[in-house]
Amino acid sequence: MKPLTHCSLRALRDAVRSGEVSAREVAQAHLDRITEVEPAISALLAVTADDALAQADAVDAARSRGDKIGPLAGVPIALKDVICTRGVATTCGSRILAGWKPPYDATVAARIREAGAVMLGKANCDEFAMGSSTENSAYGPTRNPWNLACVPGGSSGGSAAAVAAREVAGSLGSDTGGSIRQPAALCGIVGLKPTYGRVSRFGLVAYASSLDQIGPMARSVEDAALLLEAICGLDPLDSTSVDAAPFTATAVTRGDIRGLRIGVPREFLGDGVDGPVVAAVRAAVEALCAMGATAEECSLRTVRHSLATYYILAPAEASSNLARYDGVRFGLRAEGGSGHAGMTEASREAGFGAETKQRILVGTYALSAGYYDAYYLRAQKVRTLIRRDFDAAFERFDVLVTPTSPTVAFGIGEKSDDPLAMKLADVCTLPANMAGIPGVSIPCGMDRGLPIGLQIMGRSFDEETTLRAAYAYEQATHWHTLRPEVNR
Amino acid sequence: MPGTQTETPYVGSIGMEVHAELLTESKMFCGCRNAFGGKPNTRCCPVCLGLPGSLPVANRLAVELVIRAALALNCAISPIAKFDRKNYFYPDLPKGYQISQYDQPIGSGGWLDIEPEAGPRRVRIRRVHLEEDTGKLMHLPTGESAVDYNRSGVPLMEIVTEFPPDMSSADEARAYLVKLRAILTCIGVSDGKMEQGSLRCEPNISVRPAGSAAFGTKTEIKNLNSFRAVHRGVQHELARQSALLRRGDRVAQETRGWNEARGETVLQRVKEVEQEYRYFPEPDLRPLHIDDAWVASIRASLPELPDTARVRLVEQYGLSATEADLLTQTAAWTAYFERAAGLCGNARATANWMMGELARLLNAAGIEIEQCKAGPEALAELLAMVESSKISGKMAKGVWEAAFESGEAPAAIAARQGEQISDADALGAVLDSVIAAQPDVWSALCAGDEKKLTFMVGQIMKQTRGKANPGEVNRLLRDRMPGGAQ
Repeated sequence: MKPLTHCSLRALRDAVRSGEVSAREVAQAHLDRITEVEPAISALLAVTADDALAQADAVDAARSRGDKIGPLAGVPIALKDVICTRGVATTCGSRILAGWKPPYDATVAARIREAGAVMLGKANCDEFAMGSSTENSAYGPTRNPWNLACVPGGSSGGSAAAVAAREVAGSLGSDTGGSIRQPAALCGIVGLKPTYGRVSRFGLVAYASSLDQIGPMARSVEDAALLLEAICGLDPLDSTSVDAAPFTATAVTRGDIRGLRIGVPREFLGDGVDGPVVAAVRAAVEALCAMGATAEECSLRTVRHSLATYYILAPAEASSNLARYDGVRFGLRAEGGSGHAGMTEASREAGFGAETKQRILVGTYALSAGYYDAYYLRAQKVRTLIRRDFDAAFERFDVLVTPTSPTVAFGIGEKSDDPLAMKLADVCTLPANMAGIPGVSIPCGMDRGLPIGLQIMGRSFDEETTLRAAYAYEQATHWHTLRPEVNR
Repeated sequence: MPGTQTETPYVGSIGMEVHAELLTESKMFCGCRNAFGGKPNTRCCPVCLGLPGSLPVANRLAVELVIRAALALNCAISPIAKFDRKNYFYPDLPKGYQISQYDQPIGSGGWLDIEPEAGPRRVRIRRVHLEEDTGKLMHLPTGESAVDYNRSGVPLMEIVTEFPPDMSSADEARAYLVKLRAILTCIGVSDGKMEQGSLRCEPNISVRPAGSAAFGTKTEIKNLNSFRAVHRGVQHELARQSALLRRGDRVAQETRGWNEARGETVLQRVKEVEQEYRYFPEPDLRPLHIDDAWVASIRASLPELPDTARVRLVEQYGLSATEADLLTQTAAWTAYFERAAGLCGNARATANWMMGELARLLNAAGIEIEQCKAGPEALAELLAMVESSKISGKMAKGVWEAAFESGEAPAAIAARQGEQISDADALGAVLDSVIAAQPDVWSALCAGDEKKLTFMVGQIMKQTRGKANPGEVNRLLRDRMPGGAQ
């Protein structure tokens, strides 16, 4: 057997189930790997070694008793730090929640545990999931395992880097405008944003409620599918979760893509997208066609408004979602303010980072009387138009194929002074959030030693077709087998 | 009309915002129990504390209760229940926003009819919507502040009257609230307890010179926790504003609190600018569809409303309008009356007794009729004993007070206290002794001084410690008088 940290999530699960290895051995091997590479990567904000070994022992004990063990038995996992974990600090990458231990588990955290997965730690992210580089974390940036001078993308940069650096077999991230797919692309792994409503948001600390969605990150499509299968489904605690047809990982890996109709929207391959990225995406489309799919260029005329629309809606919702951090009940309470207003002001001033403050200000403005119609209401209307554009495209095509990110990973600090350039990093991923549809990023090439991501988007609640296309491509190419040498 | 308006050339305009906590088992968006009081912060969870990551799930029963109220108030029902966020910072508001309804209230365009002394009036209702209550902020003697979140997330219904206002006097304001409370308690939506804050009313008041079309600047009164306070508060505010204008001063737009002890409104907060609430649709909740079948089934389940009950009570039992008003003040009063009257067969006596002795004792004890230990069965039993002369009216009062205190059956109490003496032989002996003791009075009575009769009866009652049947005593005395039967 390969070193345990080189195994896929599926292989580890099978080995634990068969008794070839114990869950404890799997956990320990990954904890050792974390000790080895974390000083260079900084992907994790907390390593829960004791809890993890106890959880692994419980899996082993269940197996030796002959009890039924879950579909993710013994699989080492990291959760993005915006996902609530009972008794384990959940900071959202923010000073304002330093040391806050939720008294409850997010639905996904509970489901992962029930499935037998072993959580090794909490992954770094941009503060409250706002950012595209993980540089907005109050606890310092995470580094890209392919090149430590580069960002891992964001906001789920820690979740992506931990998987790429083989610290864990899989992780969960959250995606509001590309925060799973873009770091997956930049770290050379698979990242899926499911359909809005597919996965419960209960326990996901809200950034923009109408866009946020939790999703899996892993080193193969099948591994990501296994994670999705474990976390998806209706949750009575989340009114926006949907009772959709069940998703199964086996449906993804079975069957082929003969007759699959692929749309290639030209808006995603225009100015601002690097040449090598365009070339890799075109090559990927050809590879898919070689397997029996058909491809046609198409146009989604309203998607160019996604960025502007996003930067109205997301900050507006964020300004409201982040109002609860007032120093009254939990989190940071700064000294110095007088009265409730003073306490709230001082706590928010000290607790929030610059990007978070900027988005709260933008959102507050957009919702103000006199501006609501011009900004928020209009953005909602544009969002409807974008959704309709996708609906029309999906009448002709089964999936849409685009780059995930216009560029490969950029240098740490490179775009910090250029907020617009930073926001353009999400230009290819934002439309799927606007439309609520699923989108997956998979590795499809390399440029100057850094991974390129291919995005495949599908119809609402058709993760199966979306992932089947990704799986077929993955099986026909070698990109997902490339592993970074983490230079220490 | 009370004095204020006859003294001044100003007319008042009164609008009303009423908040009623709904009688659901659980809170609006979580499973915590919805109940009054309790040790602080013992009935809360991540959702009603607004912990990061928590999400609301709408309580369908609360939506149903609001539809119920809206129907009883003659409103049109919106086809969807959509929620919005009302954003503001306050320590008792855990999320930094209140989930409420902004542009699509569940009910709109309704009315209710009132009949104050000045004459009947229809008060239009602009909207009935659903929201969540806040926690309670307390200022401790130490100078610190504390928050109790037991009330946070309790389903709250807001009922707002139409503009321009249909009410102009304190009488009308009180009548509106009395009627509204009667309806809400009758349909089982609210317990109507103003003193506990489960029903809260905030009138907004302005005055303008008679004949002027433009409305004056309005003030809002808070902290009115009884009908009496509402009446006095509105009256005081109308007078205060009229006096200001008469002096040539301006009325400032402000929130004023009612000070019961001083009998006046006092400034709480000046509203220089309209608060900016940044309403937007609540993204955590999908709109709930309210289809016709649902509305129809709720409409079919509505009980007889107070207005209908009032008319029926007048017709069926021959009560006056005032009596019927009082006996339909809440559904519990109507039910009590009808049960007691049905059992004892004497509606007149039941009404008198409820409006007199029962109301007096409830008032003195500070409890509601629902908490009364002596139920309608007890009252019927008592009234039957009076009717059959088993006990005197005077004795009945004592028995009733004891029954009210203990909940014991009036018959048992009366038996213990000794029943009325109606026996002619037994009373005859007492008569003999009283006549012997008061020869002068007896002579005067026999000579035609009828006023002395009362005195003689009183003496006999005194000797029998109130147990003598006064009717029988009267008859026996007259029999003994010259020209009597003997």
